[in-house]
Amino acid sequence: MSAHLIQDEPDTRNVLDRTTQGIIGKPLSRPDGLLKVTGTATYASEYDIEGCLEGVLVTAPFAKGEVTSIDDSSVTGMPGVVAVLNDKRMTPRAIQGTAGEAPHTGLCKVDYWGQPIALVVAETFEQARDAAKHLEIEFNSEDAIFDPAACTPEPDDDPTRQGDLGKAMSDAEHSVDLKFTTESHASAAMEPHAAIAQWDGDTLTVHASLQMLNYNISELADAMKLDESKVRLVARYVGGGFGSKLGVSQDIVAASVATMQLGRPVRVVMSRQQVFQNVMRRSETSQRLRLAVDHHGKLTAFGHEALVSNLPEEDFAEPVLQSSHFLYAGKNRLLQSETARIHRMTAGSVRAPGEAVGMPVLEAAMGELAEKAGIDPVQLRLDNIPTKHPATGKPFGSHKLAECLQRGAEAFGWDGSDRTPRQRREGEWWIGTGMASAARVHNVGEAKARVTLHDDGTAKVETDMTDIGTGTYTILGQIAGEMLGLSQSDVLTELGDTRFPRGPGSGGSWGAASAGSAVFVACEALREEIAQKIGQPVDALTFKDGLVSWDDGSVILADIANGENFTKEGHFEPGDIAEDYTASGFGAFFAEVAVNRWTGETRVRRMTGAFGFGRVLNAKTARSQCLGGMVWCIGSALTESLMFDPTDGHLVNPDLAEYHVPVNRDVPDLDVLLVEERDAVASPIQAKGIGELGMCGGAGAIANAIYNACGARLYVFPMTPDKVLAAMPVD
Amino acid sequence: MKPFDYIRADGLDLAAQQLSHNGAMAIAGGTNLIDLMKLQVETPAALIDLNPLPMNQIANEGDGLRIGALASNTAIANHAKVRADYPVLAKAILAGATQQLRNKATMAGNLCQRTRCYYFTNIDQPCNKREPGSGCGAIEGIAKLHGVLGTSNQCIATYPGDMAVALYALDAQIEISGNDGAARTMPLREFHRLPGETPHIDNNLDAGDIITGVTLPAPVGGTQAYRKVRERSSYAFALCSVAAVIAMADGRFTRADLAFGALAHKPWYDHRVGEMLIGEKPSLALFDKAADLLLEDARGFGANDFKIPLARRTLAATLCEATGVEA
Ligand SMILES: Cc1cc2nc3c(=O)[nH]c(=O)nc-3n(C[C@H](O)[C@H](O)[C@H](O)COP(=O)(O)OP(=O)(O)OC[C@H]3O[C@@H](n4cnc5c(N)ncnc54)[C@H](O)[C@@H]3O)c2cc1C
Ligand code: SF4
Repeated sequence: MSAHLIQDEPDTRNVLDRTTQGIIGKPLSRPDGLLKVTGTATYASEYDIEGCLEGVLVTAPFAKGEVTSIDDSSVTGMPGVVAVLNDKRMTPRAIQGTAGEAPHTGLCKVDYWGQPIALVVAETFEQARDAAKHLEIEFNSEDAIFDPAACTPEPDDDPTRQGDLGKAMSDAEHSVDLKFTTESHASAAMEPHAAIAQWDGDTLTVHASLQMLNYNISELADAMKLDESKVRLVARYVGGGFGSKLGVSQDIVAASVATMQLGRPVRVVMSRQQVFQNVMRRSETSQRLRLAVDHHGKLTAFGHEALVSNLPEEDFAEPVLQSSHFLYAGKNRLLQSETARIHRMTAGSVRAPGEAVGMPVLEAAMGELAEKAGIDPVQLRLDNIPTKHPATGKPFGSHKLAECLQRGAEAFGWDGSDRTPRQRREGEWWIGTGMASAARVHNVGEAKARVTLHDDGTAKVETDMTDIGTGTYTILGQIAGEMLGLSQSDVLTELGDTRFPRGPGSGGSWGAASAGSAVFVACEALREEIAQKIGQPVDALTFKDGLVSWDDGSVILADIANGENFTKEGHFEPGDIAEDYTASGFGAFFAEVAVNRWTGETRVRRMTGAFGFGRVLNAKTARSQCLGGMVWCIGSALTESLMFDPTDGHLVNPDLAEYHVPVNRDVPDLDVLLVEERDAVASPIQAKGIGELGMCGGAGAIANAIYNACGARLYVFPMTPDKVLAAMPVD
Repeated sequence: MKPFDYIRADGLDLAAQQLSHNGAMAIAGGTNLIDLMKLQVETPAALIDLNPLPMNQIANEGDGLRIGALASNTAIANHAKVRADYPVLAKAILAGATQQLRNKATMAGNLCQRTRCYYFTNIDQPCNKREPGSGCGAIEGIAKLHGVLGTSNQCIATYPGDMAVALYALDAQIEISGNDGAARTMPLREFHRLPGETPHIDNNLDAGDIITGVTLPAPVGGTQAYRKVRERSSYAFALCSVAAVIAMADGRFTRADLAFGALAHKPWYDHRVGEMLIGEKPSLALFDKAADLLLEDARGFGANDFKIPLARRTLAATLCEATGVEA
């Protein structure tokens, strides 16, 4: 019943190019769209469960130390209050993506400001919230370090050193040696972290807002000391995750402890402030870029160093250099990263961990290098595309950087003309343009999916994969429909339940390629079985519109079933192909900005992105991912910054009024070019990740455009008006 | 959020009496108050909902205009006479918040909106405004939104709104009904207070006072501008704003009513700045001198140091735009 594909070799069969249903890649709308816009898609906290209690987390008003006592009696008499829980199974930190375990439990030791220290449970939400504010606690707090520059960082394991960077720098015709900083980012997903947990005496069922159920079930089971078979997680719809829901968050374990202790369902929804204060932040970074070119414009030195931070005892370090390892050639290389241990909330994955902040900085430095060397910035990139991974020597599965640069330049109207800054003014606005490359490593993971062909000729796809707003429902149905010759409406996709076959979930842009491949494998097996029933080789068959036909015959798919349902479970494993090849998405950004000469306010006027990420499974959802990524570029370039108090380390702007993501008016018409590509290495469906590529570098294009517009070279992201003004030449 | 009683107002006098009780607060659009209640920053024992009171009219009064306390921001900004005769007011309102918020936000609520100081809205932080005597978290902390003019060592918060800045430039009057039912009027420019030693008091309302309306003097014409500098192009509070009502004759200023937002605990109106411009020919050098006077006593607190040069530049930009001086 199960078909297993381990991909050790490139898959050049391009099966999805030979199928005939004709829906793969098409810009089909989401089957779940109507439910979402009519408010009938049920999100984690929205299940109406009888007798559900409400829990509110109480958080620490200090950054480091210990809770010495919690006085339950300060709230137990309050109306509706049922219990105050502080249990050693509860998790003080959000769990890192793919941890698969709960490394930190117990709430009494506090490591960051706003950490949960207890849960107050009451009959109504209002009662619980009021009691939570009244709970009396005693604690001992200690001094802590909040500033990454104020401690001795730990070096990361394997720096890359090739040749002699220092010498290459001093020998070079043109070089830059630049230091940049980027601020911490929040995922700022619309749906807060929320859970409803129900214990029936045997099994714990939790509706939660999560991205990776397969890992999350292990994390929750580990925290609760339950066998995984006694846990069920459901996340049918997720209102955005962006990495912040990769691992189990504190609300989920707290609700689970509460339901098991109290014997009633318990809902815990984090407030907006708690979401900001408790779930993963992207680390702030300090980066140094040393780049040099010879007189042919070839890179001779490539140095990229980064300092990031995290709490003590966290494995994750923002992988700032991830794509710098292979984006450009250059013999003399140094890439190294360090981690400072500080007491801000856990740093973890926020959309495009690594490239989101590493690429804009690299690309801003490339912009400055191009200027110094007098080379057009597009040309500088084109001239330095490596043919294989510069350190490992592994070939690329496919590589669309050059094409993206060229097509993007053409679409944007980049003509390689004079790049002198301060040449164009419209009224009080300086106008300028800038560009950057995009790169984001391709990830893929082991995945399973079940596809059932019903006797009425419709099909069902089931997997625990999630749809975090990205379009998983749409593309998995499309892949199955394409393979089995069915229309979109004849395929029902069910997601987000650990009772379904498991996969890696959504994260690292790997969902589509991983879960999509599992669906593909299941469908191949179904096709094979149908071929056997018909007595024809599978390659001789055409599946289209519910009909299977061959040279001289055809049969209705429903009739083959003959009253039976066929089910296949597809099991896809990446195999060791990653050891032989480098797989990455590439692209290019072009931006035009206006900078106000008086106030330093910067507005993006237009932006073009060209991206190559393997097979486009759905042109609409893929484009939407690119658009979303480009909106994030605008935010990280211009406004987004988590600000921490220097004295006690608390986050001062924990809400959407003061953490400034771009609003509608900040986002001009964005032009997206999907550069078709087949990457045989990436997956058997030749698709790579797209969810993050759209934000990997674009903030650098905006930075370069600011310089070109008004002559302000900034080395800090975000480039808020105060920073722009400070760097703007006096006129 | 603390449980509270909810009372719909039934007549101004009764509402005033109800409001005089300890812990009672008026609610209008609720867009500021309810947010603060959720954060436990405001903990009223009772909310007196003013909405049933007939206070949302906008009507001519003499040569001027009277705007009821409950008139929505949207209604004011769209009012034909406001658009024609007091465009700076419409511009300032439209520069604030979002359409949805402006539909709910009222004249009085907007004037009484509280500071956005990050430490004020976090009850686990010291704040003399929220809890007199507890200290000021912002002075040693992140003072990005904070004031550079008229601050005290107790509090450096700003009044965050936009609409009131225009009303200061227009020299509006505010009408208040006291808890004894007696009506009084004062220049709006005297309504908001500086923090001094009493940062917990934002304005000159007494217990039981209800704002009933705002009146605008007869239109003065001229060129009216509102310029708001902000990080993103909508849905962000000002880093600095300038409301200007400018008139010129023979190439010289005959009127220069200027008010500034986001620089102080109240919209900032310094009559000396306008006065020094009157009779002068507009020029960049003159605008710089005006800024010198405006910012004479300005003082930054680190993260908001930029507001001092920014205010200078925003003033120049506004005056250039209003007078046609090329820069
Ligand atoms: C995210 C966000 C962004 C915003 N951005 C901006 C912006 O850019 N610019 C801007 O100017 N504003 C902005 N605002 C603030 C908004 O303008 C105010 O919330 C609104 O004007 C308050 O009016 P309201 O009627 O809702 O007041 P309420 O919340 O009902 O009341 C506010 C205060 O006024 C008191 N009050 C109300 N009516 C009376 C009365 N008649 N007499 C006496 N006291 C009274 C109440 O007791 C309360 O203390 C923003 C708000 C939010 C939430
Ligand atoms: S500036 Fe004023 S409002 Fe802010 S913390 Fe200090 S006292 Fe409170």
